[in-house]
This record gives sequence, C-alpha cells and structure tokens, in this order.
Amino acid sequence: MSQFAIEARHLRKVFRDTPAVDDVSFAIPKGSVVGILGGNGAGKTTTIAMVMGLTLPTSGEVHVLGTDMARHRHDVLHRMNFESPYVDLPGRLPVRQNLSVFAKLYGMRDVAVRIARLASDLDLTSFLDRPTNRLSAGQKTRVALAKSLINDPEVLLLDEPTASLDPDTADWIRGRLEDYRRERDATILIASHNMAEVERLCDRVIMMKSGRIVDDASPSDMLARYGRSNLEEVFLDVARGRVQEAAQ
Amino acid sequence: MTSSAPRAPSRFSPGRVLAMVERHLYVLRSSWPRLLELIYWPTVQMLTWGFLQSYIGEASGRMAMAAGAFIGSMLLWDILFRGGLGFSISFLEEVWAKNLGNLMMSPLRPSELVASLMTMSVIRLLIGMVPVTLMAIFFFGFNLWALGLALAAFFANLILTSWSIALFTSGIILRHGAGAEGIAWSLTFILMPLCAVYYPVAVLPDWLQHLAWSLPPTYVFEGMRALVIDGIFRADLMIWALGLNAIVFAVAVTSFLILMNRARIAGTLLQSSE
Repeated sequence: MSQFAIEARHLRKVFRDTPAVDDVSFAIPKGSVVGILGGNGAGKTTTIAMVMGLTLPTSGEVHVLGTDMARHRHDVLHRMNFESPYVDLPGRLPVRQNLSVFAKLYGMRDVAVRIARLASDLDLTSFLDRPTNRLSAGQKTRVALAKSLINDPEVLLLDEPTASLDPDTADWIRGRLEDYRRERDATILIASHNMAEVERLCDRVIMMKSGRIVDDASPSDMLARYGRSNLEEVFLDVARGRVQEAAQ
Repeated sequence: MTSSAPRAPSRFSPGRVLAMVERHLYVLRSSWPRLLELIYWPTVQMLTWGFLQSYIGEASGRMAMAAGAFIGSMLLWDILFRGGLGFSISFLEEVWAKNLGNLMMSPLRPSELVASLMTMSVIRLLIGMVPVTLMAIFFFGFNLWALGLALAAFFANLILTSWSIALFTSGIILRHGAGAEGIAWSLTFILMPLCAVYYPVAVLPDWLQHLAWSLPPTYVFEGMRALVIDGIFRADLMIWALGLNAIVFAVAVTSFLILMNRARIAGTLLQSSE
C-alpha cells in the first residue's frame, strides 16, 4: 500500500490549444498538509479538479489513496471530500437538511448525531434551521466546511477555503482545519493565493505558474532559499518572473 | 470532531437515491409557487381542450367521435411533456444551485442520480396530473382512470420516452452548462406534430408517417384513440412502443454517459452553472 495519499504523475491538461496544466508531478504523504500556491490562471483549480477526478487529464494520472481517479474514483470518493468557491449548497434548504442529505449520500450512520457534533464543532447550532441562502459569507463558509467534513474524510481538498472572509473568520476557519488535521491525521491539499494561510497551515508548498510547478518545498526552506521573510514576497518573486534571480 | 466512519460504497445504493429524492422534496415543500405551477398549466390545457371537445362534440359523425379523444390526448401529452420536465427541472435545480460539483464529488453514482431524477419525475407528475384528471371528470365527464390497465401501458410507455429525452438534454446541459437549458424546455415539442397527438397518423403525408411510426409515443396516441373511439385495446401497439422505447432509452443512457465523460474532458463539471 502506498505511503502517499495523493500521487500526481506528469499531469497535463490542455483546453482547446491552451495548456492549463503542464507536466505536473507531486506525491503527498498521508497526514500532511500541502498548499498549491499560484496566481490566477496558474493551474491550481484545474489541478485540484483532476485530483478529484472531475476533470480528466489530457495525459498523466492521479491516484488518491491508491485509486486511479480517472477510472475508479467511485471506489474512494467516500473517503475524501472538498470545498470550492465554484460550488454552493442548495440555498432554499435549511442548513440541517443540506447536511442531512450529504451525510446520507456519504453513507454516514447516526446522521442527526453527526450533524449535532459538527454544528457544535463549527459553531453552526444557532442557524442550523435557517435557509442556507440567508446566511452571511462567513456562516456559509462554515457550513461548506461542515459539508466537507461530514464524512470525516481522510483526504480533504480545499480550493480557496477562506476567500472573501474577514480576517477574524478566516483565522477561525484555519484553526478548525488545524484541529481536524491533528485529530484525524488527515491529508489536506489547499489551493490558495493567501500566503499567510499557506504559511500557517502547510508543511509544504507547491508553487505554480502558467500551469507548471516552479518550486516545491517546505515554507521555511522556501523562505530561506529565496532570502525572503514571508511567502508573499516569495510569491511575488515567482509571479513576476524573478524566480531564478531570487533563488540564487 | 469525532469519527463515525462512512460505509464502503456499494455499486447501487437505494439509500443515496432516497437522499436525493428527499433533497428535492425539501425544495418542493419549501416553495408553494413551485407546487402551484405543477398544477396550473395542466389545468389550463385541460380546460382549453375540454371546451373545444365539447364544442366539436355537438356536431355529429366521425369528427365528433374523434373530438371525444381530445382530453385524453391532452392528458397523455402532458404525461409525456411533464414527465420529462419533472426530470429536467430536478436536474436543473442542481445546476442553478451550483450543487452539481458537490454531488459529482460525493459517492453518488450517475445511475443513482438518474434513478432519483426518474423518481422525482413521477412524483411531480402525480402532483400535477392527479388533480387535473379529477377535474376532467368533474367538468367534462372524461375519466382517464377508467382506461384501467390500458392507462398503465400508456403511462409506462410515455414516461419511458420522456425520461429518454430528459436524459439526453441533461447530458447536453452537463457538457455545455446551463446555457443549454432551453433544449430541456423545447425538445419534447418536436414530438407533438410528429407523434399525431391530436389526429391520426393517417393525416400525415406518407413520407412523414414513416418517421411518426419510428417514435414510441405515436403508438400510444393511436392506441388511446382506438380505445376511446372504437373501444378496442391494441396490445400490439403497446408492444411496438415498448420495443422502440427500449432502443430509445438505451441510446439516451449511452448519450448521457458519453456527454458526462465529455464534460469531464472539457472540465465543465465543477462550473456547470456557467
């Protein structure tokens, strides 16, 4: 059995004639938190979509928990989950009903107990019976996080998990993710362009630009290598093409 | 965040189908305009065709007898049209809510999604059609239920055709996004002139009759007229319809799976609302 929760090998995705992801390979050990950093159009979301098996690679392959996501994703989907700004939960449904439907889709036992625990952990109890479209952005993000944790996933994929949140709520969400990782020894892959978030949560950072991996190291190694004091400066070096110069 | 591990996935889970049906029933229950709409249009149709039938029925001869089948034609047409619409709208609810990505990432299998949409199609149809059939008895003395087992045969064939069309249009929407939803509203209407809903197939030009007889609903509408006008149940027509439906449904399922795979290639599953 592989020691890696996620393995991507020579992933390439071309939309029409434009390569969105180009020869991307990485292996993420079980229990680690890895961030994919990059600007808009760097290929982060496409990479995550291929890891989920929602988008098929033009070439290359992805294995999650040893399963080929292009061919056998249904064998492993119950052990993973995700959150993305590209999806929502049905707005007319109260939070409790949304979580109940997904708990049943994931085959969870004791659905009511499960929802009560998640509501307590993520501070949802006061609005569990409110329609989801009447929640604030922060409350919606907590509900989306609850949905993504409904099945205690071993592998959690997060695309911009704190985008558009105020600093306090974003910090609170990061705290819950740290708790979850610690308690479940989960593998978490985060696509983000929030440097502080990646620096705080991740053991390792994969830096992408124009569909390619331009660097892959721990945040501390990356800071040392680029001689910068924070990842934001490193990101700017990469985004503005100062990679070689800065790394030297 | 304590653990209660999910069960290993089964190939086909009735539990996941029920979870999806439950999700759509929540939406229906939470919106009275949605419920009202299910009944409103069939009622308007039934009244219009019912009064036309009454008017033409005052004449004598073959025309008056043919007119006696108008309400039956209209009610069966609504099974075909609204059966598909019930399927497509339930699917579109997921697209409009931007929930399709969540579902596609869950253990829900395509076959389970389709089974839940079929179930919702029947539920929506019953909510709309049962009151309207009762009104048809009250206003015009036309009792669709009196067709008995024949009605079951008509219903089974029409709902199969409607699911096939809806499956195909859902596949198109998966591939091309909500921008293609116009197809869901309009595709069934092409069948109206071709399937001889309100008139016998013999009325059509010879070359069009061949096309009409290649469509399963044609056999149902001809069968209904044979029963209402001549009092004969044409089992042979129902068997033909069932055979053609089996082919059409297989083609629709294959198309849906191909279009879903194309959507995975095009990367539209995650952002299908756009």
